[in-house]
Amino acid sequence: MITSGKWRIETVREIIQRLKSKPGALLPVLHAVQEYIGHIPDNVVPIIADEMLLTRAEVHGVISFYAHFRNHPTGKHIVEICRAEACQSVGCRQLEEHAKNTLNIDYQQTTDCGNITLEPVYCLGNCATGPSIRINDDIHGRVSPERFDELMGNCRQRLQEAG
Amino acid sequence: MSIKIFVPCDTTARSLGADQIATLIQAEALSRGIDITLVRNGSRGLFWLEPLIEVETENGRLGFGPVTANDVQTLFEQDFHQGQTQHALCVGLVEQIPYLKNQQRLTFSRSGITDPLSLQDYLDHDGYAGLENALIMTGQQIVDEVKTSGLRGRGGAAFPTGIKWQTVLDTPGEQKYIVCNADEGDSGTFADRLVMECDPFMLIEGMTIAGLAVGANQGYIYLRSEYPIAHHILNKAIETAYQQGYLGNNIRGSQKQFDLEVRLGAGAYICGEETSLLDSLEGKRGLVRAKPPLPAIVGLFGKPTVVNNVLSLAAIPYILDKGGQAYADYGVGRSRGTMPIQLAGNVKNGGLVELAFGIPLNQLMNEFGRGTRSGRPLKAVQVGGPLGAYLPESQWHTVIDYEAFSSEQAVLGHGGVVMFDDSVDMGDQARFAMEFCTVESCGKCTPCRIGSTRGVEVIDRIRAGERPDNNWQLLEDLCDTMVDGSLCAMGSMTPIPVKSVMKFFPDELRHGRQE
Ligand SMILES: Cc1cc2nc3c(=O)[nH]c(=O)nc-3n(C[C@H](O)[C@H](O)[C@H](O)COP(=O)(O)O)c2cc1C
Ligand code: SF4
Ligand code: FES
Ligand code: FES
Repeated sequence: MITSGKWRIETVREIIQRLKSKPGALLPVLHAVQEYIGHIPDNVVPIIADEMLLTRAEVHGVISFYAHFRNHPTGKHIVEICRAEACQSVGCRQLEEHAKNTLNIDYQQTTDCGNITLEPVYCLGNCATGPSIRINDDIHGRVSPERFDELMGNCRQRLQEAG
Repeated sequence: MSIKIFVPCDTTARSLGADQIATLIQAEALSRGIDITLVRNGSRGLFWLEPLIEVETENGRLGFGPVTANDVQTLFEQDFHQGQTQHALCVGLVEQIPYLKNQQRLTFSRSGITDPLSLQDYLDHDGYAGLENALIMTGQQIVDEVKTSGLRGRGGAAFPTGIKWQTVLDTPGEQKYIVCNADEGDSGTFADRLVMECDPFMLIEGMTIAGLAVGANQGYIYLRSEYPIAHHILNKAIETAYQQGYLGNNIRGSQKQFDLEVRLGAGAYICGEETSLLDSLEGKRGLVRAKPPLPAIVGLFGKPTVVNNVLSLAAIPYILDKGGQAYADYGVGRSRGTMPIQLAGNVKNGGLVELAFGIPLNQLMNEFGRGTRSGRPLKAVQVGGPLGAYLPESQWHTVIDYEAFSSEQAVLGHGGVVMFDDSVDMGDQARFAMEFCTVESCGKCTPCRIGSTRGVEVIDRIRAGERPDNNWQLLEDLCDTMVDGSLCAMGSMTPIPVKSVMKFFPDELRHGRQE
C-alpha cells in the first residue's frame, strides 16, 4: 500500500484520460486514482469532474456512496475485520474488541504512528474458516486474538525493514 | 520423472498459508534434489483440510491436510512425494474422501482438479464442449435448452433463467448486454468466488453462450472489491481466452463476437441487487431502480440485459454440453439440477457441497458438516445470507428446495448455511440484522433507511427491559412497515431474520442469553 503523499496531478489526468472513454467509466477511474494515491483527495474531484463532463456533486456523490472509496489518507496498512454473521459465529465480535483495544483505535481510525487503519468489512468469502481479516490485499483465516497480534507484529516488522 | 505436487491457490487456502507452503515445498525439494512440478490448483472446497496438498500417484491423487509451514519438512522426511501414507496429515486418495465422493458435482466438476489458469486443463476436462455446440445452434435453440434444464437463478430470487433469456432474445435491440452478478455479498457464501478462482473459464464460457443465445456481444462481470484474488485470476483467464480465440470478434472462427470485461464494485452490499448493480456499472451511486421496466428490457445503459448470478451462468456449459434434460434429471419439484451449498460459520467440516436439490438441511450439517467446530451443541442456522431466517432445530428437517424453504418462511437464497453453537445470543443476531440494513441501505425508501435505525433502537430498548411489551409490538409493526413499504428486498427481507428470532427465540431477545 503506497500512501506516500507524493503524487502528480499530471499522472492523475493521464489515468483519467486512459479510462474515461469506457462506458460507465467513473468507478474504474475512481479505483485507479485511489490505487495511485491511496485515497481520493477532495482537490482531485474537480479534475475528475472536469475531464469526465460531470458535476463535482455527481463525483462526490459517488465517492461518498461506496464504502471502499475514501477522501482522506489512511495508514500504511489497511486492516479490515469481517463483521458478518459467519465470522460472528466463531468469535469476530471478540476479535474486533481485541483489535480496537490493542491498536487503541476505533473503526475508520488510524494508529498514531500512522501505520494501521482499521476498517469493518462485511464478508470476505472466507466464511468456513473465520474469523477472517484482510490486510491490504491478503486475506487471513481463523484469526484468533493471538494470531491477530502476530499479524500486526509482522506488519510492524515489514515497516521497520522498509525504514 | 518429475513428481506433480498440488498446492491450492484459492482465497481460503491462501488465508491459511498456502503461498508460504508452496515456497517451502519448492525450496525443500530443491535442497533434497527432488524433481517436482508444483501446480497451483484450485480448491476442492474441503475447507477444513486446507491447505490440502496433493501428490500425483499411480492410484490417484493423495492428499495431506491441513498442512502448515511447520509440516513441510516432515512431509518430505516421510516421503509424501513418493506416495507414502504414514504422515499424520495423510487423508488418503482425495477423490475417495466421503465428503467429496458423495457429492454430485456438475458445476464444480473441475474445481481443485485443474490449474484454473490453464486453458489446456480446461479443454482436457470437457471445457468449451458446451460452446462448440452453442456455436452451431440458433439463439432460440440455446434458450430452449436452458428452459429444458429448469435452471433457476442462483443469486437468490430463483427466477427461471430460460425465461429471462427469452425476454432478452425477444426484445429487439442492436446492443444487448450480459452482466454477471459477482457481488456475492451474503455472509456464509463463497461458491461464486470458488467458480471464479478455481474454474474461471467455465464462467467465461457460460457468459459467451449467453451472449450467443440472446444476441449480446458485450459482457461485464461485476465483481465485489472484497475478492482481490478472484479479480486477478479472472483478468488472467480473460486475457488467455482472448489470445486463444475464445473471446473477441471471431470466436473460434465463427465470425461471432463476444467481449468481456471485469468491473470492480466498491464495498456496497446493495450493489448485488440487480438494478443497483446496473446503476453502479453505469458509473453512478448504486441506487435501486423501480421495476418495471425489467432489466431484460431496459437494462444496462437502457439496453436489453441479462443479469445472472455467477452460479447460474456457470451451470450453462454443462447444460449445453450434456443437454438440458441431463441437468433437469437432478432435483425435486420445481428445483431442478444441483445446488452448491456452502457450509460456513461454526462448522467442523466447512466447505462446498454440491448436490441435487432435495437433501435435508440436517443431513448436510451432520453428515457433511459434522456438527459445530467448537464441539458445542448447534443452536441456530442462518440460511440464505443476512436477509435469511434463523432456523431453530424444529426446522432443520427442511429439504434444500426453494419451495420447501418458502413454506417455512425461510430463504434458500444463494445457498449459504451459517451454523451457530449455543454460545450465540440470538438477540444480538436480530439486532445485527437491523444494523446491517442501516449500513447497507441505498437510502431510497424511508422504511428501509430510517426503519432499520429505529429497529436497532427498539431492539436495544427491549433488551434493556424498557416497556418490553410495547416495544415488542412496535418492532412487529416496524417489520410490517418495512415489508410493505420497501422498494427492494433489502428493506422488505431484513425483517425475516428479525421475525425468526422473535418467533423462535423470544426469551433470548427479551432477556439475553441464559447460561
Ligand atoms: C439486497 C440484495 C442483494 C443481492 N445480492 C446479490 C448478489 O450478491 N449476487 C447475486 O447474484 N444476486 C444478488 N441479488 C439478487 C439480484 O437482484 C438478482 O436477482 C440476481 O442477480 C439475478 O440473477 P439470477 O437470476 O441468476 O439469480 C441481491 C438482491 C438483493 C435485493
Ligand atoms: S428497500 Fe432499502 S435498499 Fe431497497 S431501494 Fe429501498 S432504501 Fe434502497
Ligand atoms: S500500531 Fe503502530 S506500528 Fe502498528
Ligand atoms: S462472514 Fe466473514 S468471511 Fe464471510
